[in-house]
Amino acid sequence: MNPYYELPQDEAGYSFGFLDEYAKREVRRNILKAICIPGYQTPYASREMPMGRGFGTGGLQLTLSLIGRGDTLKVIDQGADDSVNAVNLRHFIELTCPGVDTTERTQDATLIQSRHRFPEMRMTSAQTLVLQVPYPDPLVVVEPSEARRKIMHGEGDYSRLLTKLYEDIVHFDEITISHRYPTRINGHYVLDPSPIPRFDVPKLHQSPALILFGAGREKKIYAVPPYTNAEPLVFEDVPFRTEDFSDAQGRRRSCHRCGATDSFLDEFTNNDGERIYQCSDSDYCHQRLSTQHSAVNEASR
Amino acid sequence: MGYVAIKGGGIAIKGSLEAMEALRTAEGEQGVPLSLSAIENQLRLLTSRIVSEGGLYHPRLAALAIKQMQGDTLEAAFALRAYRSTKPRLLATPVQETNRMRVIRRISSAFKDIPGGQMLGATFDYALRLMRIDLADEAPDIFRGIAAKFMGETPTSALPETFSKVVDALRNEGLLPQDPARAIEPFDITREPLIFPIPRSAILASMARAETGSLLALAYSNMRGYGDVHPTIAELRVGYLPVFLPHPITGEEIEAGEVLITECEVVAMYENSDNKSKPVFTLGYGACFGHNETKAISMAILDRALQKGMKEGPANPSEDPEFVVLHIDGVDSMGFANHYKMPHYVTFQSDMDRLRTTQAKAEQKQGNEK
Repeated sequence: MNPYYELPQDEAGYSFGFLDEYAKREVRRNILKAICIPGYQTPYASREMPMGRGFGTGGLQLTLSLIGRGDTLKVIDQGADDSVNAVNLRHFIELTCPGVDTTERTQDATLIQSRHRFPEMRMTSAQTLVLQVPYPDPLVVVEPSEARRKIMHGEGDYSRLLTKLYEDIVHFDEITISHRYPTRINGHYVLDPSPIPRFDVPKLHQSPALILFGAGREKKIYAVPPYTNAEPLVFEDVPFRTEDFSDAQGRRRSCHRCGATDSFLDEFTNNDGERIYQCSDSDYCHQRLSTQHSAVNEASR
Repeated sequence: MGYVAIKGGGIAIKGSLEAMEALRTAEGEQGVPLSLSAIENQLRLLTSRIVSEGGLYHPRLAALAIKQMQGDTLEAAFALRAYRSTKPRLLATPVQETNRMRVIRRISSAFKDIPGGQMLGATFDYALRLMRIDLADEAPDIFRGIAAKFMGETPTSALPETFSKVVDALRNEGLLPQDPARAIEPFDITREPLIFPIPRSAILASMARAETGSLLALAYSNMRGYGDVHPTIAELRVGYLPVFLPHPITGEEIEAGEVLITECEVVAMYENSDNKSKPVFTLGYGACFGHNETKAISMAILDRALQKGMKEGPANPSEDPEFVVLHIDGVDSMGFANHYKMPHYVTFQSDMDRLRTTQAKAEQKQGNEK
């Protein structure tokens, strides 16, 4: 060891988007390939990011490779912009991407990075949604070996996955897959839509916005291009069902803040032990509330 | 330092130990010896790991082991384990109630809103892993200033002494099995050999002092596809647990001190129940000395995987109690891996004899065929 070696104190600066230009170009190339083969898991050399693997490093690498000055970014975690992980990722992107705006309003964002949720508000063809993915392969529940899974995907052989669904029906009278519901894209590849609730799965179908999936730890990128068919795996006689938010009387529950009856709801127990429901998409809830307030103000004027 | 013959090895060993000691002090005359207090506090996660893998709650002694073993975690845990052998077992600790824990951090990934609230506490989870070059040459007064400032600004009230357990709430809702099976007499892995099949308490005890990396690797295999636990962390808590022991004369339980522990409870998908009762979630449990979150999570996942393996037969390595429990101990596995460095002259001589004889036979056979 050279005893005169000193840590380079002046090299602490980072380039735009943290990753070097070659890494970003590699990611963009893989994104193009993923778009060309809808639902296909494109392998890529995922880089180490300065946060834990599994905290959204895959989505982050896509976002950092795509974002440029003039873009407006929204980061969601479980529907909320203010949860610790979303705050942390947004802070990191602000730190390493000077000139990029961030927003909480879905309609103002050009790029949305999300964990576990689609925004409630319908996205447009001018927007891109990047989803963070923990497990890219829907076949992993029936086949642990990646080499064998690759062959099954190539042959479009999803029989074992269908058998699993069938066995669920035999055992429980219900398909027990709750989130990350396997979904067939453009008639061939079945993908794992990231752990979004079943509620969000229909939003993949014919989406005007480009949807990208990044799995950093598992080193895969895949995509659902705009206006592409996306069908959850089902049987003819057992239809796909989204989460049920009806109460005992069969009425759709509403958000206790904004009253929405069309949004995905989080369940809480308040201090009195009472169960309450609230929009998981905090931006949607806030926007609805502020429209209601301004309508009330308008009326009272 | 010739290492050829077994005879005369005493001189070689002496020289080797002197060389180790020379490397420990290699900073030279301007070097400052590491203080145990600095290791215990500034390398607190390393110390945590050693008290856990060493199976002895003595942070100061763990710091000494780290210093002596020059940072090798396996060797340091080994030294602490060996020291433990010199101490008698006076009594078996009764079951300690972790809801008495003085919590420094508790989170739930299952629920946004838990009774008492989420407490992020000290964690790297959301820290950016950017090199802080300023720490390379940290001025002592700034270092002390940070500590003083934090203590000065921390409110002393407002926090409850402890928090109720998240799983209790789930249990009350009927989402978890009512009576957690609890062994009346826990298995003491330090005094009894493991004869398979072993009870769950023996598995939990083995995992509590297992090597973190080994546990993580096996738990990770289960998470990635060689298994199907799909855990959700109902609660992960870190804090100081008051230890209650029976008084030697009265037998009444009294507080003997406290230990820093990490505890993790995972909720996993429900199983098909055999007895036609209502399906409920299943639980995995992990707890170990020190602040070792990765270890506690891995342990809880493996506990759940192993319960499945014991019930239905293992379908994956992480569900096989023999496979898991016999391969996770750092001191055991490191000792055996390193024993290959010992002379094997005799057995290898014997191997060569067999190979040469077989080669000769093969040549003879080929010669005959031509």
